Amino acid sequence: MEFKDYYKVIGVAEDATQDEIKRAYRKLARKYHPDVSKEPDAEDRFKEVGEAYEVLKDPEKRAAYDNLRQGGYQSGQEFHPPPGWDAGFEFSGGGFTDADAAGFSDFFESLFGAGSPFGGARGGFRGAGARAGGAGFAMRGQDHHARIQIGLEDAYRGVTRTVTLQVPEVDAQGRVHTKQHSLNVKIPAGITEGQQIRLAGQGAPGMGDGGRGDLYLEIQFAPHPLYQVEGRDVYLTLPIAPWEAALGAKLQVPTLGGPVEMKIPAGAQSGQKLRLKGRGLPGKTPGDQYLILQVRTPPARNDEDRELYETMAKKMNFNPRAELGAAAGG
Amino acid sequence: MAGKETSVLMLDEELVFTLRELSGSCDLAAEELIAMVEEGVLTPQGASPRDWRFPAADLRRVHTALRLQRDLGVNLAGVALALEMLEEMQALRARVRVLERLLD
Repeated sequence: MEFKDYYKVIGVAEDATQDEIKRAYRKLARKYHPDVSKEPDAEDRFKEVGEAYEVLKDPEKRAAYDNLRQGGYQSGQEFHPPPGWDAGFEFSGGGFTDADAAGFSDFFESLFGAGSPFGGARGGFRGAGARAGGAGFAMRGQDHHARIQIGLEDAYRGVTRTVTLQVPEVDAQGRVHTKQHSLNVKIPAGITEGQQIRLAGQGAPGMGDGGRGDLYLEIQFAPHPLYQVEGRDVYLTLPIAPWEAALGAKLQVPTLGGPVEMKIPAGAQSGQKLRLKGRGLPGKTPGDQYLILQVRTPPARNDEDRELYETMAKKMNFNPRAELGAAAGG
Repeated sequence: MAGKETSVLMLDEELVFTLRELSGSCDLAAEELIAMVEEGVLTPQGASPRDWRFPAADLRRVHTALRLQRDLGVNLAGVALALEMLEEMQALRARVRVLERLLD
């Protein structure tokens, strides 16, 4: 297990005030919040920052951590908590109840987790779900969220995916083990990016009579080599030759449902958008496929090619910069 | 447990929730959802809370709103603004991807 330097993670000096710590945390949290951030490692960074803040914002945990850190541990260094490391500290109990401790590091777990005096009530339960019943105590388990990546072709046709979950289970001694658990999830044709699927009762177990939480799977599309997607509409950049653009052409173009014949009108230009109605992702209102034309210029590879271009230059009266006015002569 | 029947619900555009259903689904008191409607975080169809119909995608908005409130200390008005801007950014990113491909 690695020693974690929480001050470094938050980016504050070790004598920072609680206000400074809070400000630095908020700034990082905004930067890396998974709902907001597009940084590729946002989720991991956000957890790391959250874990550091969980310790540094609490004067008791911070004092215990400072004491340990003064022992000369460096960030990333191999670490085992010394026996009785937490002796001599007063704890007000309650533990880290206001944060979702799932996903915190082993380092955190070994110091402040269930087995420590800090972990009085094991974390992970937030006030939101509390429903104190008449006699007993019941709390619904937390909802879990996960992303699942599928190909665009899968979204078009529908697909069945096996989802493997790591489910934490608490044994009779109060230790937490993770157990693997597989589920087959049928993803219907026409699902769109960002759409969620709810699996009832597949979240965290509840307490008392509280039921299990739910599992939410959010659909994400793997990047596609040909197509871009907006909602149910599919975009394809279609390269064409100058003569196809000028004279018009009948071309076979790929769509998610297979190739279709498409008429390119005479006088087509780069950037022009053509629509194939209903050829996007299926649905109650199916999406369309858009072709964005891109005129490619053939290279003048030999004398013959060059001659053709020179003939065109001489015979065709064409000034592509006419719109720029006199300032851009030919 | 593998293979056991699980109730699977597609939160697609054909599914709508009443206030009571949404409240049950996200384990949040109706009052809190009403506050979200008042601040424009959610915009259900229908005139009064009794008639409100929420698109299923609002469940995700509620979860996001709760996370933003908890993690970033944003109030509901700020959450409404953040959600609007996030949606706009998402649409712009998709548009940029299409245009970038054209410029390649």
